[in-house]
Amino acid sequence: MSEAADSRIPVTVLTGYLGAGKTTLLNRILSENHGTRYAVIVNEFGEIGIDNDLLVESDEEVYEMNNGCICCTVRGDLIRTVENLMKRKGAFDAIIVETTGVADPAPVAQTFFMDDDVREAAKLDAVVAVVDARHVQQRLKDTKEAEDQIAFSDVILLNKTDLVSAEELAGVEAAIRKINPYAKIHHTERCQIAISDVLDRGAFELDRILDLDPEFLKKAELAHDHECGPDCDHDHDHHHHGHDHDHGHADHECGPDCDHDHEDTHSVKSYSFTVGDLDPKVFFDWINQITQIQGPNILRMKGILSFKDDPQRYVVQGIHMIVEGNHQRDWRDDEKRESRIVFIGRELDGAALKTAFEACVAE
Amino acid sequence: MPVTAPLDTDGFVVSATFLGDVAAFASGEGSVFFAGGPETQTPVHKNGLLCATPSLDGKSLITGGGDGRICKVHSDGRVEELAEQPRKWIDIIAAGPQDSVAYASGRTAWVRLKSGEIKEFQLPRAFAGLAFAPKGMRLAASRYDGVTLFWVNAAGDPQELSWKGAHSLVTYSPEGKYLVTTMQENALHGWRLADSQDMRMTGYPGKVKSVSWSAKGKYLATSGAQAAILWPFMGKSGPMGQAPLELGVRGDSMVTTVCCHPSEEMVAIGYQDGMVMAVRFHDNAEVLLRRPGAGPVSALAWDKKGNRLAFGTEEGAAGVITLVD
Repeated sequence: MSEAADSRIPVTVLTGYLGAGKTTLLNRILSENHGTRYAVIVNEFGEIGIDNDLLVESDEEVYEMNNGCICCTVRGDLIRTVENLMKRKGAFDAIIVETTGVADPAPVAQTFFMDDDVREAAKLDAVVAVVDARHVQQRLKDTKEAEDQIAFSDVILLNKTDLVSAEELAGVEAAIRKINPYAKIHHTERCQIAISDVLDRGAFELDRILDLDPEFLKKAELAHDHECGPDCDHDHDHHHHGHDHDHGHADHECGPDCDHDHEDTHSVKSYSFTVGDLDPKVFFDWINQITQIQGPNILRMKGILSFKDDPQRYVVQGIHMIVEGNHQRDWRDDEKRESRIVFIGRELDGAALKTAFEACVAE
Repeated sequence: MPVTAPLDTDGFVVSATFLGDVAAFASGEGSVFFAGGPETQTPVHKNGLLCATPSLDGKSLITGGGDGRICKVHSDGRVEELAEQPRKWIDIIAAGPQDSVAYASGRTAWVRLKSGEIKEFQLPRAFAGLAFAPKGMRLAASRYDGVTLFWVNAAGDPQELSWKGAHSLVTYSPEGKYLVTTMQENALHGWRLADSQDMRMTGYPGKVKSVSWSAKGKYLATSGAQAAILWPFMGKSGPMGQAPLELGVRGDSMVTTVCCHPSEEMVAIGYQDGMVMAVRFHDNAEVLLRRPGAGPVSALAWDKKGNRLAFGTEEGAAGVITLVD
C-alpha cells in the first residue's frame, strides 16, 4: 500500500461552493508553468480559459454500489473517464477533478477506493476546498453541502480574505475549524497560492497523514474543547480517572442540548480521543463494526495507534464505510506511545465513541 | 508455437479488427495501424481514440475520439468523417444494419443513418453501452438500473428493462433472444427478451470488461476471472441453473480479453500478463499463442475464416498470429 514505486496517477479533487473561486484556482494551476501536464475533469467548461486537450466535461453520475449500503456511492462518470484517460497514459501526469458547487465530495473520493480498476490506475492525492470567506457562514447555515465540503477537505483555501475584516476572518476560520480541525487552511485573495500547497499533498497516503501537519490531532482536541466549553477541558485532560464523570458530562451537557445552547448551526462535528496501548483485535472489531453501522454519518476518520507489544505505529484512515490501515514505522524513543483517533461526522455520539475507544485499551 | 508477425503501435490498443485480409489496430493515441498488407499508419483522432468497432460488412472500422469525431476508417487507410459532436468525448460506439452507426457521450446518444440523417436519443442518466439488435433497427442502451430499448426509425415508447445497479457493456445474443449486460459489481445480468425473465450471472472476482458470443450463440465467453467463463445459452432458459465452462484456468493471472472463434468451439483468451492462449471447449485443450509481456491483453480478433488472430496490449504491443496457413 505504501511502496515507494507507486506509479499511479495522482488525483486532486477540487470542491467549493458556487462562486467561491474554484475556476480561478483551476485557471491558475493550468496557466502556471510547472512542467506538469494535467487532465482536468470538469462539470461544465464554463469559464475555463485555458485550451487543454485533456479537458473533459463530465456529468456527475452518482451510483449506489449494489451492496445494500447507502453511503457506498461512487461517481460512475469518473470511473469511465479515468478508464478513457488510461488509453492515453503518456499524455498527462496528474488528474484534477472539479466538482459542482453543490456536490457531495464523498462519492468522488470513494470512487478512488471502491472501484478496482480506478484504484489500480489512480490514487487520490487530496480533497481541496475553496471557501469564500465572505459568504461561507451563510452557506453553512443554508446548506449541508458547504459543510460536507469543508468536513471532507485536506486543504482549504479560505479565499477572498480581502473582502472581510480581520475579526470576520477569525470568526470564519473558527467556524471551519469546528467542522474540520485537521485540514490545512490557507488564506488567499483570488486564489493566490503556491501550487505545491494544493497539489501533490499525499493526504490519503497513510505514511503522510502526520507529515502534513504533525499537530493535527492536537488541533482536533482543541477544536473539540471549544465546542464543549471550558468544563469539558478538564475532563478531557484526565484520562486516568473519572470516566464515569466524563461520560455523564458528555451525555448530559454535550449531547443534543449542546447544539441548541451554542446556537450552532453546524451538524458536522469532530471528536478526538487519546488513550494508551490498544488491543488490536478489540480495536479492529470495533472500528469495523462502527464504520459498518455509523458509516453514513462518519465523513472522515484518521488515527495513529499504538498496539500493545507492537514496536510500530499503526495509521488508519476512513471515508464513510471505507477503512484503510497500515503499520507506518517504529515508535521513536523520544515519542510518547499513545493512540489517538479523530472522527469527523454528523450526528455522532461522541460520548459513546469515547467509551468504545477506551474499551479497546489493552488489559 | 504458431507464427507471429509482431507490430508496435504507439499506445494502448483499444481494438483489433480484420478488414478483409488486413488487420487494423486502433491506438488510444489516435491512429489506426495496419498489418497483413502494407504496414501503414493513419492518424484519425486528435485527442485520443476512445472506441472502435468494425462495420457490419467487415470492410471498415468505425472509431470515436476525444475530438468529438466519429470516423470510418477503410483498409486502404482512407478516413471518412461521419459526424462530429464538438467538445464531447465519444467513448461508446456501435455499428448497425444498413450502414448505421450509433454513438454516445454522457446522457445523449445519436444514430447516424446511411443517408447522413442523425437521430438523437436522451436518457436521464448517462449512456454506458450501445448495441443494435441483430434484426430490425432497434438500439439497446445500458445505463444505471437497467437497459432502454429504442426504436430507431419508428415512433413509439422505448422499452425499459430494469435491474438495480450500474450496467456497463450491453450485447444481444446473435439470434436476438437474449440481452446481456456487464455490471459495475463483478457480475453479468441478462434478460430473455420474450418475457423479460431476469438472469443473474455472478461469482467473478473482477469486473467483466470483455464478452464474446461463440459460433451460433451457444456460449457467451467473458473475462473477469482467472479463467475464461463461458455461460451456456443453448437451452430454453439460457444459463439459469447451469454451470459455466471455465477455460484456460491460470493461478497467476486474470483474463482481460476473450474472443470466440468464428466457426469452431474454441476461444482465444488474453491475460493480464500479456499471454494469449486458444482453448477448445469440449476438452479444455490449450495452445499457447503468445508468451507473457508488454502489458495486459486489451484486444483480440479472429479473421473471418478463423485462421489468424490479431492481438494488442495496453502497452502498445500488437501482432497477427497465424494458426492455419
